[in-house]
Amino acid sequence: MLKQPGDPETLKLSLWRRAMNQAANVFAISAAVLVIVPLMAIFVYLLIKGVGALDWAFLTQTPKPVGEVGGGMANAIVGSGVILSIASVIGIPMGIGCGIYLAEYGRDRFGDVVRFTADVLNGVPSIVIGIAVYSLIVVRQKHFSAFSGGIALAVMMIPTVARATEEMLLMVPNNVREAAFGLGIPKWRTTLSITLRTASAGVITGCMLAFARVAGETAPLLFTAFGNQYWNKNPNQPTAALPLQIYTYAISPFDEWHKQAWAGALILIIMIVAAVAAVRIATSRGTLKGVS
Amino acid sequence: MGVGIEVRGLNAWYGKSLALKSIDMTMPANHVTAVIGPSGCGKSTFVRCLNRMHETIPEARAEGLVKVGEMEVYGDGQDPVEIRRRIGMVFQKPNPFPTMSIYDNVAAGLRLNGFRNRKQMDELVERSLKLAALWEEVKDTLHKQSGASLSGGQQQRLCIARSLAVEPEVLLMDEPASALDPISTSKIEELIFQLKQHYTVVIVTHNMQQAARVAEFTGFFLMGSLIEYDKTEKIFTTPADKRTEDYITGRFG
Repeated sequence: MLKQPGDPETLKLSLWRRAMNQAANVFAISAAVLVIVPLMAIFVYLLIKGVGALDWAFLTQTPKPVGEVGGGMANAIVGSGVILSIASVIGIPMGIGCGIYLAEYGRDRFGDVVRFTADVLNGVPSIVIGIAVYSLIVVRQKHFSAFSGGIALAVMMIPTVARATEEMLLMVPNNVREAAFGLGIPKWRTTLSITLRTASAGVITGCMLAFARVAGETAPLLFTAFGNQYWNKNPNQPTAALPLQIYTYAISPFDEWHKQAWAGALILIIMIVAAVAAVRIATSRGTLKGVS
Repeated sequence: MGVGIEVRGLNAWYGKSLALKSIDMTMPANHVTAVIGPSGCGKSTFVRCLNRMHETIPEARAEGLVKVGEMEVYGDGQDPVEIRRRIGMVFQKPNPFPTMSIYDNVAAGLRLNGFRNRKQMDELVERSLKLAALWEEVKDTLHKQSGASLSGGQQQRLCIARSLAVEPEVLLMDEPASALDPISTSKIEELIFQLKQHYTVVIVTHNMQQAARVAEFTGFFLMGSLIEYDKTEKIFTTPADKRTEDYITGRFG
């Protein structure tokens, strides 16, 4: 017999369900809070520690020699920008291209090999990638450079971008591709203008994750970009980068440099957040009503 | 204007299993031909062979003579992409491009085939949406609204407009109304009636009343074979084959 509403046993069941529902809600909310807390803690701590050393000189001047007060990280800020641009220009198109291959063509043995390679590359420690690029490029060129630093970071970006692109393309329903084929649109056009476009929000997120991850990398830059205490406008020469500068200053014995390292870390985080936010804003413009 | 379709000895496979067995069928220009039959009988496979969509499925292939107007669909050196441009297709589930506006959905086929003339494109988009009886409902939000935000019936009419925009000679419809409510269905049926002035229409349907309402000719498929093909009236009143009669009277399928 079906229990009627108001029956004591139905009531008991409904109380139990409500309690479980509450418990699940509380669990989900606390998990969400737990994600936000460490990020906010880091950010607040950086603000407290770093904001003291942050002034106009920090943003516009190069480092002062040991013992002199003042100076800044302007060259490292610009250097990081240059290195990350090189990395993105190489890593993002290659990663997206590889992801397209895996999703749209690579349903075979070779595709599996590429997929496996990408996953292994994703797990290779960043310092190993730094050493590899050092021996392949820096040793041959006989000098450090922003180029080699950018290439090292690009190598780290490729597998992340490729796998994210593949996952996002596979989420595009097949009937969208069929619709395009049915219109007589060639496969390459369909992939670029229909499938990739449909998946673009996810692909962009993947690119941003890869970018944010390599933006803070120090190890691969130690043997490639190397760092520089002066202005350098030639990307084929040793170039300063924020993570390198932070590393150098943080392990130094001087209080003044410690403060600057904190400020540098703060600037690095702000740069990453600004870059991610800018891409988000730029790509969300022109979004249509009702796009899910 | 539409063109006629002639099919001779068409076989289609999925891997090793034969899905269509030596089909012969002639569909006259500017008429509606319905293809009916129980699930899995090969009727969708049949229309997908007409514009070479069948072979986009891994391990699927087809052989035989298919002539659309003067074009030999399976002739040597034929480009399937060009064939699909001349033979429009509407699918069972409405499938507008989700990130595109209504306008971009209709213009997609033109634009991605290299068509650039803005003014002509505007005209073609308007004409196609009018032909698909959707213009009045969407003309104010053409660029602002996504194709995916329309209702199911509107989405299907958008998909029809999209395939009409590339000006095909033949329109294939694979159960175009099976996911729609009765009002949207009757709109699509009315539309099919209008469309045959300009196109040859082949429609797959599960719904026998629908076949009786819209089509002049009807073919009955069973287990990969064409059992009977005749005027719709004949099929539904005095079928020649016992199996056709069993099917239309609801004795199986």
